[in-house]
Amino acid sequence: MADLSSNLAGIRSPNPFWLASAPPTNSGYQVMRAFAAGWGGAVWKTLGEPIVNVTSRFAGLNAGATKMIGMNNIELITDRPLDDNLREIAACKAAYPDRPIVASLMTGCTQRSWHELVNAVQDVAVDGFELNFGCPHGMSERGMGSAVGQDPALVEQITRWVKEAARVPVIVKLTPNITDVRYTARAAARGGADAISLINTLNSLMGVDLDTWNPIPHVDGKSSHGGFCGPAVKPIALNMVGECARDPQVTVPISGIGGIATWRDAVEFMLMGATNVQVCTAVMRDGFRIVADMIEGLNNYLDDRGIASVAEIVGKTVPRFVDWNDLNLDYKIVARIDPATCINCNRCWIACEDAAHQCIDRLVDETGASVLEVDEEHCVGCNLCSMVCPVDECITMVRVDDGESVHTWRERLSVPS
Amino acid sequence: MAMKPTFALGPPMAEPLAPLDVIVEANRCLNCYDAPCTRACPTGIDIPRFIRRIASGDKAGAARTIMDANPMGASCARVCPTEELCEGACVYTPDAPAIRIGQLQQHATDWLMADGRALFSPGTPSGKRVAVVGGGPAGLSAARDLARLGHQVTVFERDDLPGGLNTYGIVPYRLPAEVALWEAEQVRRLGVDIRTGVAVGTGVAAAELLAEYDAIVIACGMGRVPHLGIPGEDAGGVWDALDFIRRAKEDGAVPGLGDTVAVIGGGNTAIDAATASKRLGASSVTMFYRRGAERMTAYAFEIEFARSEGVEFRHCVIPKRIVTNEGRVAGLELIRTDTDGSARPIPGSAYTIPVDNVIRAIGQSRFAALLDAFGVIHEHGVAVVDDDMRTNQPRVFAAGDCMFRVGAGDAMVVEAAERGKTAARSIDAFLREGTA
Repeated sequence: MADLSSNLAGIRSPNPFWLASAPPTNSGYQVMRAFAAGWGGAVWKTLGEPIVNVTSRFAGLNAGATKMIGMNNIELITDRPLDDNLREIAACKAAYPDRPIVASLMTGCTQRSWHELVNAVQDVAVDGFELNFGCPHGMSERGMGSAVGQDPALVEQITRWVKEAARVPVIVKLTPNITDVRYTARAAARGGADAISLINTLNSLMGVDLDTWNPIPHVDGKSSHGGFCGPAVKPIALNMVGECARDPQVTVPISGIGGIATWRDAVEFMLMGATNVQVCTAVMRDGFRIVADMIEGLNNYLDDRGIASVAEIVGKTVPRFVDWNDLNLDYKIVARIDPATCINCNRCWIACEDAAHQCIDRLVDETGASVLEVDEEHCVGCNLCSMVCPVDECITMVRVDDGESVHTWRERLSVPS
Repeated sequence: MAMKPTFALGPPMAEPLAPLDVIVEANRCLNCYDAPCTRACPTGIDIPRFIRRIASGDKAGAARTIMDANPMGASCARVCPTEELCEGACVYTPDAPAIRIGQLQQHATDWLMADGRALFSPGTPSGKRVAVVGGGPAGLSAARDLARLGHQVTVFERDDLPGGLNTYGIVPYRLPAEVALWEAEQVRRLGVDIRTGVAVGTGVAAAELLAEYDAIVIACGMGRVPHLGIPGEDAGGVWDALDFIRRAKEDGAVPGLGDTVAVIGGGNTAIDAATASKRLGASSVTMFYRRGAERMTAYAFEIEFARSEGVEFRHCVIPKRIVTNEGRVAGLELIRTDTDGSARPIPGSAYTIPVDNVIRAIGQSRFAALLDAFGVIHEHGVAVVDDDMRTNQPRVFAAGDCMFRVGAGDAMVVEAAERGKTAARSIDAFLREGTA
């Protein structure tokens, strides 16, 4: 059994799976259920000024018959009284002392209001704060959430104010609705943040109803942009986590968020530099019970490789995430199609023919059977055929260069011609 | 096309897919390119396309894709031996279950039947007139495509209702008559004049059609089940399987049906007669086939269905005599045959069993006289045609069961529809020769 415990800027948890600040952490009842199911920690639904929510609030993105590969929401921060939330946080801490509870905070842009909020909340012995500089909808129109997170100067300033008052670690949660997230990540570090967490949700409009022509989701016929999350945003999140992880000016640990639904996703985020991960959408779809599979899967993965502690994998892929200019131009792979497992759906052929480099040939073998064959001379190794192939391992990408020569664009530019 | 309600005779062989199943199944389709399922469909329905349209919520588009390629698309969704055609070719097999193409096709065509819209319109009038002899699957398919190509089409159907075997000759739990009649109605909506109750040869002369029409399609199908040629065959309680099925479908009952029924034959019509006997109340129904099980022409899934309905099978036996009592069937004398496939009787192996009814389902007779009346060359009543459905007579074409040679492939509804389409294309080319 591998050691799954994690330590994010001094916040220790028995496993790296935290619930993100979101509807599943709205109440003590839910967080108790989550801890009973095995979640390692929870970031409480954002506390702040009193707000009023609308109905409806969520909408799902489906892929064929698969529901909710993404979702968006126009729900605001907690709509429950601060005292209720604090009482329930204390009760959860008492019941599960080994599970960190991090309070997510959001308030107006004054030193006083941040000091007041921090002081009110840390009396119940939370394990940390997470500053919500990310929510793109609603609160941003009031100068909070992503309105802060899009301005590095504000991020730095507010982080500084919070650090003045906070007695526990401070995590700054970043918005992806920005050109280059490294700027706000660096600002958080400069402001004294103990860690950053990313990504918050992406600005989105889920859809339009084809019958009513209402936007989706709609509130009495109208909608507003909402925050998009779930498996569909994972590649965006992973990139942003990786960019922060390899940035020398982002000197703080990272809590990875964005589309994590399985232990595999978690491993990827950790390899790309996240110390732990936060999950919301997968729980919204399948409930707290999924954490049992995440814990078991992660443990089996580590045990199979003889890795004693999950901390050992953090950041292991970061050195391999580089500028395009540093990629080896001499590396050459081609597709190979295994005729033994090919089911002749011809999906690779049409994809290559219409969208790639026209280098798969449809042949007939001596028995009259259809055979698909790659014209290796012209294959550019783009991977597309292997991506559309429904059979695992049927199309493999095989290395055909000498395996030694390395030549990058950067080198090419530095060589005088 | 009024018709008294037909009897369902119990639940359908395959229930329509539930909405959830439709979504799951339609999205499971891999959308193959140059798909094997489409290549395996005699009418060449672009199957991945119609399934993709179902998946995207475009049911009208799905139905159009099906019906464009196959005017009998709703019937075929129910009666096609899909395991041997599209589903048998699905790339998922044998590693995973094939896409349930037939049931998805039924989903789309059921939607169209309920919706009621017309998907196609007649072509620009060509001024040419075409007569179609027979309103079954081949004739209606030819008529449908000829009308879309702008020709004025008259269908002559000897029965009271169009649809041929689809209307009268297939048990309702495989194919309700309403489906066949709806398909005929779609042809009529294109301006095709379907004259029912008119038999060519007796009601209207072949020469008359040749005189009045620019081209003729003979799609007369096949006739009654021939006699077994054994003593006792004229006794009460002996049925032609097609008459039996028609009566069951129209009336929901067959007069004089007893407890014990013997069905002679090994094809799909024999299966239909056997399962219908069961569903009409016979307690013991046995099919007697002259060769081994492997030689039966009924589809495996039909045989399996019959077994599940309680039908029993006896192989390598032939009927020798029908035992009668006061003019009614009382028993059946059978004799065993060699198991070598020769169907040769084994001397001394005769035995008699008590039965109340004997249903013969040993194939169908041919309309040789009708072919003769048009001067069409035929082999034992099977019209001789080329790949374009042309007969020896320049203005006469033939499609469907009347040109299917025994043993040369299956006389499936889907094949009949395709031959009808081919005849229409071929006639169109013929009628437009020199006019382009």
